[in-house]
Amino acid sequence: MTGLATTVTERPEAHIVGTIARKELRTTVTSRWFWMWSFAFVGLAALLVMVALPGSRLGAQAGFGRTAASLVTLVQIIVPLMGLTLGAMSIAGQKESGALRFLMSHPVSRTEAFWGTYLGLAGALGIAAAGGFGVAGVITAMRGISAGAGTFVWIAVLSWLLALGMLGVGMLISTLTTSSGSALGMAIFVWLVMVFVGDLGLMGTSVATGMPVGVLFLGALLNPVEVFRLTALMTFSGSLDVLGPAGTYAVDTLGDMLLPALFTVLLFWVSAPAAIAWARFRGRSDL
Amino acid sequence: MIRVSGLTKRYGRAVVVDDYSMSVAPGDAVALWGPNGAGKTTVIRCILGLVSYEGTIEVAGLDARKQGKAVRSLIGYVPQELSFYDDMKVLDLLDYSAALRGLPSSRVDEVVGQIELGSHTDKLVRELSGGLKQRLGLGTALLPDPEILLLDEPTSNLDAAARDAAVRLLENLRHEGRTLVVTSHHMEEVGMLVDRVIAMEDGRKTIECAPMDLAEKLGLRAWLHLITARDGAERALTVLREAGFDARENSRGVLVEVSAQQKGLAMATLHEAGITVEDLEVWR
Repeated sequence: MTGLATTVTERPEAHIVGTIARKELRTTVTSRWFWMWSFAFVGLAALLVMVALPGSRLGAQAGFGRTAASLVTLVQIIVPLMGLTLGAMSIAGQKESGALRFLMSHPVSRTEAFWGTYLGLAGALGIAAAGGFGVAGVITAMRGISAGAGTFVWIAVLSWLLALGMLGVGMLISTLTTSSGSALGMAIFVWLVMVFVGDLGLMGTSVATGMPVGVLFLGALLNPVEVFRLTALMTFSGSLDVLGPAGTYAVDTLGDMLLPALFTVLLFWVSAPAAIAWARFRGRSDL
Repeated sequence: MIRVSGLTKRYGRAVVVDDYSMSVAPGDAVALWGPNGAGKTTVIRCILGLVSYEGTIEVAGLDARKQGKAVRSLIGYVPQELSFYDDMKVLDLLDYSAALRGLPSSRVDEVVGQIELGSHTDKLVRELSGGLKQRLGLGTALLPDPEILLLDEPTSNLDAAARDAAVRLLENLRHEGRTLVVTSHHMEEVGMLVDRVIAMEDGRKTIECAPMDLAEKLGLRAWLHLITARDGAERALTVLREAGFDARENSRGVLVEVSAQQKGLAMATLHEAGITVEDLEVWR
């Protein structure tokens, strides 16, 4: 017995975060759950691109616009579900199986465990986003449309940011629940609210109450899925006309600052839920 | 090495560990003994900083609450079950554990040899038997060559052969001078492994003694099933009853109730009376 314990600091250590992240990434990308979502995303992205590019009758720019709009719609539905479910299953699932207790019996802090898990899952979501947009990009290029390649990449990045935001919300759910089953149920409920009820509810409320357009626009910012949609629309079309008066109001009020403002709100949605989840996990007493 | 003072753990209104104190010196082997729900595992989790608690815990002079990482770096922990990470290969799990501790992969090779898992390293964790999983758990705990080993019911899920092998391995570790804290509800295992037993019930320490005194202090009784020669049973019954034993006939022999610490007394009584005991079983 020699005691091989290395020098330990109570501060977070990058090598530990990296070790946990690599393990989490590997575990996630080899899971059936992940493959199921990734195949759905990549397959639907490929299908949408092929449907959106029926032939050469459209100009390059119009063809790209249709492709991008189709992908944004797809991302709005699938990516939040991927991020939410992966995040929701993370802490609660590990706690349920005893894996978290095993991990935390090592010289690992809760901060390291949390951010290692987050980064690993973030990497997995990045791979899924890259796969979906990569396949869509290749098909688009093969159809001879090379316009807006930079915008295409930018929308892929926005999709990943949406995934990260949803991952943070999912991990927050995971720290609030005691079992992976209830975490998953809550994640699906939040997804329904954000993707369907949020959009329809906001529209319905605005019609029923005559909500001012400014309030309607601010209400949209409370939903990260809407923020992604607005940012993506601004990115490839340069306007929010499709949103009607609220879009016009936003463009008129913020002008050139609209895109940076939307991007900032998206970054807020990326960071705030994850930070709250981390604070809750760090302060949470029992594993 | 480990000093626990006034430890109390509550889950809501339920108090699962109540004002518990213990001290474990370097090289000591101590068992936390008691029925399920006595609070043994919770004490281990508190030492590891996995749960919040009231009171103080010091490990090698470090405050387990404030210096949790440093404390855990000194400890090898063997959980009761290694049922997680089922889809990982044995070697990958050991590599992961070593990486978390900042240890080189050469250390993994050493431990694989030490716990004799060499022919199983490419298997998935879920493919291992209970005994092999327990060995793997011990392997992850031994990676840092720790001074302290915390073992939570190390043989609870093992068959007899695997349990014997595990006990032999733990005996070797004990003789290397490591500090061992073992939770158990097996009296025999406790007797073989440790120098001191702390009995717990309902979260409280009830008895602290040497293993050989535990059964006596708990007032435990045992039944001996003594197989005598064909015509000896009736005479054995008479002799034992005259000596004050509670004895009764049972097929080819007699059943006699004895103190768990004085099983030999009944045998000696029969021997003095010239009655041959051909075989015996101990029933608790």
